[in-house]
Amino acid sequence: MFELFRKKENLRDRAFMILTLLCAFLPLAAAIGFLILLGGNSAEAFRTFGFGFLVSTQWDPVQELYGALPAISGTLVTTLIALGIAAPLGFISALFLVNAPEWLAYPLSQALDLLAAIPSIIYGMWGLFVLAPVMQECIQPFLADTLGLGKVPFFGEDYNGFGFLTAGLILALMVLPYICAVMRDVFRMTPGPLREAAYGIGCTSWEVASDIVLRHGLRGILGAVFIGLGRALGETMAVLFVIGGIAELPHSLFGSGTTIAATLANNFNEADGLLRSVLFALGLILMLLSLSVQAVAQLYLRNMDRKRGEK
Amino acid sequence: MLDTLLSPKEKLKIKIAARDLSFFYGDHQALFANNLEIPENRITAVIGPSGCGKSTHLRIYNRIFELYRDQRAEGEVLIDGVNILDRNVDVLELRRKVGMIFQRPTPFPMSVFDNVAYGMRLHFKLRKSEIAERVEGALRGASLWEEVKDKLNGSGIALSGGQQQRLCIARTIAAEPDILLLDEPTSAIDPVATLKIEELLLSLRKRFTIVIVTHNMQQASRISDFTAFFYKGRIVEHDTTTRIFTNPSNKKTEEYITGRFG
Repeated sequence: MFELFRKKENLRDRAFMILTLLCAFLPLAAAIGFLILLGGNSAEAFRTFGFGFLVSTQWDPVQELYGALPAISGTLVTTLIALGIAAPLGFISALFLVNAPEWLAYPLSQALDLLAAIPSIIYGMWGLFVLAPVMQECIQPFLADTLGLGKVPFFGEDYNGFGFLTAGLILALMVLPYICAVMRDVFRMTPGPLREAAYGIGCTSWEVASDIVLRHGLRGILGAVFIGLGRALGETMAVLFVIGGIAELPHSLFGSGTTIAATLANNFNEADGLLRSVLFALGLILMLLSLSVQAVAQLYLRNMDRKRGEK
Repeated sequence: MLDTLLSPKEKLKIKIAARDLSFFYGDHQALFANNLEIPENRITAVIGPSGCGKSTHLRIYNRIFELYRDQRAEGEVLIDGVNILDRNVDVLELRRKVGMIFQRPTPFPMSVFDNVAYGMRLHFKLRKSEIAERVEGALRGASLWEEVKDKLNGSGIALSGGQQQRLCIARTIAAEPDILLLDEPTSAIDPVATLKIEELLLSLRKRFTIVIVTHNMQQASRISDFTAFFYKGRIVEHDTTTRIFTNPSNKKTEEYITGRFG
């Protein structure tokens, strides 16, 4: 007789399905859980300051007046500096890695992956002990005096080695391996005939890269940039050491400031009452910032796919 | 060599002349000191079984093989009397002059219009109105204008396979080459679209010297004036297409065109 009803196996199968379902929902549950935690704990801050919290520049622990704008803008400025440096640098080095002979590309790729494995606290220490003095003694005076940028807005003031530019440079170095590695893979996936066709019509290597490979892999390249963006937005330790830690609006690239993550790390130790809630609110803002970056990226990519007629 | 093949009336100018042309993939020799003359404003078909070196031969004419580190050519390829394998030849200008169409259509990831305008902009400084004019001219030349004139801003990737291939031809002729190299241009395309491309090639023959690698014997006999038969890296026979297909002088050629191997 046929065993039509093999109940035991069915049950095991179903149990496995439920397990996979649970695992699949875990990230969603975690994300919602974080949002609830942050939202609940930040309620007091928003009740106290209203949505003015977002645009206020005050940070006065004595009078218990807090505003998020310096931290938000500091986060955005350092992230933009980092991406502005790392994205083109990653693009160019990925191009080189794809076209270089194997004996050279292999060790360089390994070095790049190694860079990604360095803990952020090491970057922070390096920033504090090496980069900041170099910034103070060489780069800032060079930019300001030699190039005469000192009189231009956003370049002036205290050359103490700390500040947005220093933090942005460290962040750039940290996100570079991610951006470069993803771009390298994107370039490798460009179909050979497409490259040949581009060369075949008389393109230089640079034209093939910037006009054909870049467009072909735009999706992946933007993905790479957003990976870097996400990482730079939330990076804490490396920034904390060199940002200066002052809750002020950015007014100069050399000036000190703060970021959301740095503010949190600086203050959580002794925070209670309203300050604690304010920090949770900042955390909520950081998380929403990251989420909206992702959302904008997804929307943009979907829009682009439609334009290119691929979907 | 070719002169002896032709009736005296038909005095053709030689556009491409390969002399003692050998080719190597690393240590492996793929072509063996071949000589081949290709007449101007005619279609020359290159046929032969897989791996016989016909595509390899074609890829020397625009030096596209140089993208790969371990590939090298020996001998000479004279185009209008100039050895294009000479180091001092400007390879970008060579590739403008010698356009290539590949087995699979390779539309660039941009609009139909930009696909055609792209190659033009690389090589010529043109005003906007001139570009639009020439894009239309090239698309008409590739018998594609009527089908795409309403979707010039649409993606080149969204076209059908046959349209994509004609777009690639339009893109290539927009750069105003002398020579068109086609490497099995219809092998990835359906029969109806294939016929369209064949008609197109016949219409382009007046303006360009065309060399087409093909697996399709009927195609070679339908459109080409001359045929070269490659076998194991050597040119076994080169003659008018009529003679190759009706009265080949070499036994291997006969076996191949009658389908006994390949």
